[in-house]
Amino acid sequence: MVLSAALFIIGVIGVMVRRNIIIIFMSIELILNAVNINLVAYSYQMHHVVGQVFAIFVIAVAAAEAAVGLGIILAFYRNKETVNIDEMNLMRW
Amino acid sequence: MIDSFVFPLLKILIVLNATLVGVTYMVLLERKVIAWAQSRLGPMRVGPYGILQPIADAVKLMLKEDITPTRADKWVFTLAPIISMVPALIIYAVIPFGDHVQLFGRSVSLYITDINVGLLYVVSVASVGVYGIILAGYASNSKFPLLASLRASAQLISYEVAVTLTLVSVILMSGTLSMVGIVRAQESSHMWYAFVQPLAFVIFFIGGLAETNRAPFDLPEAEQELTGGFHTEYSGMRFALFFLAEYANMIVVSSVATTLFLGGWLPPFPNIGFLSFLHFIPGWIWFLFKSFVFLYIFIWVRATLPRYRYDQLMRLGWKVLIPLAIVNLVVTAIIKVALS
Amino acid sequence: MGEAIAFYTISAFILGFAVLVVTARDTVHSILFLVADFLFVAALYVLLHAEFLAVIQLLVYAGGIVVLYLFVVMLVNLKRPAEDYKDPRRRSALGFGLAAAILAELAAIGAWSYTTPPHVVAESASTAMPFTGNTEQVGWLLYTSYLIPFEIASMLLLVAMIGAIILAKREL
Repeated sequence: MVLSAALFIIGVIGVMVRRNIIIIFMSIELILNAVNINLVAYSYQMHHVVGQVFAIFVIAVAAAEAAVGLGIILAFYRNKETVNIDEMNLMRW
Repeated sequence: MIDSFVFPLLKILIVLNATLVGVTYMVLLERKVIAWAQSRLGPMRVGPYGILQPIADAVKLMLKEDITPTRADKWVFTLAPIISMVPALIIYAVIPFGDHVQLFGRSVSLYITDINVGLLYVVSVASVGVYGIILAGYASNSKFPLLASLRASAQLISYEVAVTLTLVSVILMSGTLSMVGIVRAQESSHMWYAFVQPLAFVIFFIGGLAETNRAPFDLPEAEQELTGGFHTEYSGMRFALFFLAEYANMIVVSSVATTLFLGGWLPPFPNIGFLSFLHFIPGWIWFLFKSFVFLYIFIWVRATLPRYRYDQLMRLGWKVLIPLAIVNLVVTAIIKVALS
Repeated sequence: MGEAIAFYTISAFILGFAVLVVTARDTVHSILFLVADFLFVAALYVLLHAEFLAVIQLLVYAGGIVVLYLFVVMLVNLKRPAEDYKDPRRRSALGFGLAAAILAELAAIGAWSYTTPPHVVAESASTAMPFTGNTEQVGWLLYTSYLIPFEIASMLLLVAMIGAIILAKREL
């Protein structure tokens, strides 16, 4: 549990501090992995498999979110030629 | 103590060495077979009938100058061939070469390990092998290898889907994911899966051809396309490592196909009485023989068929093989439910 | 004893690579550290007797999602590292402060409600399932008790697939 909390914190720091949007997405994947580790650890302690089933769903959702998110990044990049998140302010086009 | 450490270590050493020697001799085999298909003799000068040719090749490649392009990412450039080679070797951990034999008074199993998700492990390790190609193209820091590597990896991940779907129908038939379990299921049903699932067998073979970048799907590495593909900037030992990785992948795909579809170490014709002398030949010799048949077919196909264009290749993978694999899966599932 | 050593070494590697992911300058290096991270997480799952999940993690995460990230990085093809352009209105300290607040919150939840987890569900699990392997157990649960989430997840994946294809097309 300490491990998953630490991983979660590292992911959150990554999301907040970095400016490259792809690295932000990867930090989100780190957060999701931290959650999975937590689920599997508890599933191991309680000797019930439902934690792993939920972790499988989390992986599926992460895959879907990564695909759509990267599609959005690609579409954005075609228009604005940047991956710096500070420059991605469409409200002030 | 000895059983859990020494024996697996010995097995790993034997398998690794055999693989590496086999891979280097695959080079010679390929040149010879293609030469015979073209009515010429192939390498004949080095050693009797050219048997020492791989050693000459290895020495030449090791003595070549090791060029790294300027402004290329040094770490990734060195890492890419390693990432290509390692998955091909790791898959050998779960392939069963035979049943138990009696050695030193103990019963030693002829596979390194038998994890209960063996087949999924094979598929996942194969999908990690895509990285080597992408990173090779990126690390070369020049346009042509980058584009070629993107093409090659797109081809690989497309055909991975078709191959995985055919593997699922094999799993449906045998009811277990472990490789040894699949061979035992073929043993108990007295029918190799190649005859029960011919469509899956064919799709797996075509997908295997595409997965290992072999002809007729070898657009990424053809010399006439994109100036040599993703390993343009590699020379010397790193280039050798890429090529060895490709041949090792070929051998691995043959071994996996043998285990899944041709019954692993089982001798053919178990029912016919007067052919029971075939049972005296040990299991691993059958395994090697069947893998060798696959390898020969790989080389045969390369010598015979012309190359696919890239869009034809992708169209084949997505629009033909994947629907066929899904149809195969659905039909297998329906028949299995109907018969139980 | 050996298990504890394995657990601590694997955790150290996971955290080390995670820090490297977040702090690397070059995007491709970051992605490579992420792959290494996923490999070690899969090793951790094997240690926790979740073999099916470990292989699925390798197959989907390390073999699929990160390849997707690499593709996008190649296509985006950064010429200057994105960190050079610093928005003067943005302060990194705020990010660290927020992360510290979340850490404090997690620690508070952990200390407040830490009891040894109950073993109440053990009996119903072992009597209901006729299989013993890990994959069979997961599959049994997935297809009997959690069938509806399974179907919904497949719909979600279908929608995401169509969405990603449409988003990435050049002309609609």
